[in-house]
Amino acid sequence: MPKTIIPFGPQHPVLPEPLHLKLVMQDETIVEAIPAIGYVHRGLEKLTETKEFTQNVYIVERICGICSFMHALTYCQGIESLMGVEVPPRARFLRVIWAELHRIHSHLLWLGLLADAFGFESLFMQCWRNREKVMDIMEETCGSRVIISGNTIGGTRRDISSEMLVKISSVADEIRDDLKRVEPVFFNDYTVKHRLVGVGVLEREKAYVLGAAGPMARGSGIRQDLRMTGYAAYGELDFEPIVETDGDCYARTMVRLKEVYQSIELIKQAASIIPEGEISVPVKGFPKGEVVSRVEQPRGEVLYYMRGNGTKNLDRLRVRTPTFANIPALLQMLPGSQLADVPVLILTIDPCISCTER
Amino acid sequence: MGIISKSTKKSPWIMHYDCTSCNGCDIETLACLTPMYDVERFGIINVGNPKHADILVVTGSVNKRNVRVLKNIYNQMPEPKAVVAVGACACTGGIFKECYNVLGGVDKVLPVDVYVAGCCAKPEAIIDGIVLAMDKLEEKARDMKKLHSDIKACQNEA
Repeated sequence: MPKTIIPFGPQHPVLPEPLHLKLVMQDETIVEAIPAIGYVHRGLEKLTETKEFTQNVYIVERICGICSFMHALTYCQGIESLMGVEVPPRARFLRVIWAELHRIHSHLLWLGLLADAFGFESLFMQCWRNREKVMDIMEETCGSRVIISGNTIGGTRRDISSEMLVKISSVADEIRDDLKRVEPVFFNDYTVKHRLVGVGVLEREKAYVLGAAGPMARGSGIRQDLRMTGYAAYGELDFEPIVETDGDCYARTMVRLKEVYQSIELIKQAASIIPEGEISVPVKGFPKGEVVSRVEQPRGEVLYYMRGNGTKNLDRLRVRTPTFANIPALLQMLPGSQLADVPVLILTIDPCISCTER
Repeated sequence: MGIISKSTKKSPWIMHYDCTSCNGCDIETLACLTPMYDVERFGIINVGNPKHADILVVTGSVNKRNVRVLKNIYNQMPEPKAVVAVGACACTGGIFKECYNVLGGVDKVLPVDVYVAGCCAKPEAIIDGIVLAMDKLEEKARDMKKLHSDIKACQNEA
């Protein structure tokens, strides 16, 4: 049987972002997948070297619009540990609340895109309708829907009033009730299960060797969640990482869906025990030395390496994003699967190309 | 008014391409399609095939690698067509203007009809931009019609 090559992307209806895969096919089965990237590369790491370290907060926020708050959080935490800044407790709790709001909006967005990928458009619409509640909270607390610019070095730029915290808790309940209504479709619907169960199985050992991160790793039974390290205020909150053992698309969907509930619980916990006080401390001087800063994003672990030389510019800023860690796992899952399953398989790693290529 | 020009005016189909956007404007463009904003009530549908599209919605600035893809998509779209640049990056290059791999705004390579400001552009602004592009489409359709009738007149004279 001769082999054919089918190009997938960079412009494809199922992908909001340009990812290009050359799929080597034998009949309907994929033999090999060759990725070609670079469509979103801007050269952002180089740009951060020419800007002041305080300005870089705005640049790293725009690495990715979906998890912008977490990018700024990673950067600020790194610089704060370099300069020995103690962040006020209220700011640490505010960071948790915004970070978990971002996780909810990212996971609901992903659940919708997955539904779109297997052709269930009304489910896509329901997930995105539910997501708008989070966007409204972001707009109300920060004035912007997507890139909220909440972080600054030494704390947060804005405070959330106690009335607003009560409102956030009640909206979080609404989101949970709404999601409870669509949850049975993801978990029990025959057609949905047909597209997800047993598709793209990634065994635990393989996930470990390939260095999968985030829900990919947790869907394969690896108990790994950076929030357990207790950065920001996660050390003072009670939670257990969600782990599934099947390692297929269905398991990863369940991990992400259950993480929405977990985030809602975390927000409610944080809103109930948030202490009063300052939201930021003034920062003097320039960063010197090198540091690695890690944060759990919706897609997995993000790693920042920073080196300061005692001037206002950084020597180097290096970013390793979760999608980059998950692409080897994707290339491992694709061979042997059917062409019709490719959109679901690509979406199941929750690709964020603008993070990966920067 | 023929059926084609009428349907283009009443129901423009959009084609979205992400150049080097940070996803912010992309998800806001997608949010326009979902129940909260629901542009389908204006007859606007997001399509995946450039040959079906009337309006090209571009997010993000142009870089050296995706310029070929963007031109390719634009050239495949049938006339009359309009281009909407969504977000600060698509308008001028935005915060990434000085990056080594960024050529600048979309207007460096394509004739842009509508610029939508914002970082990220709000769904309301994006819908407004597309409605403005519909007027541009009508204008272009009229120009095309005039051109065709002029050509016909010339041929008849000859």
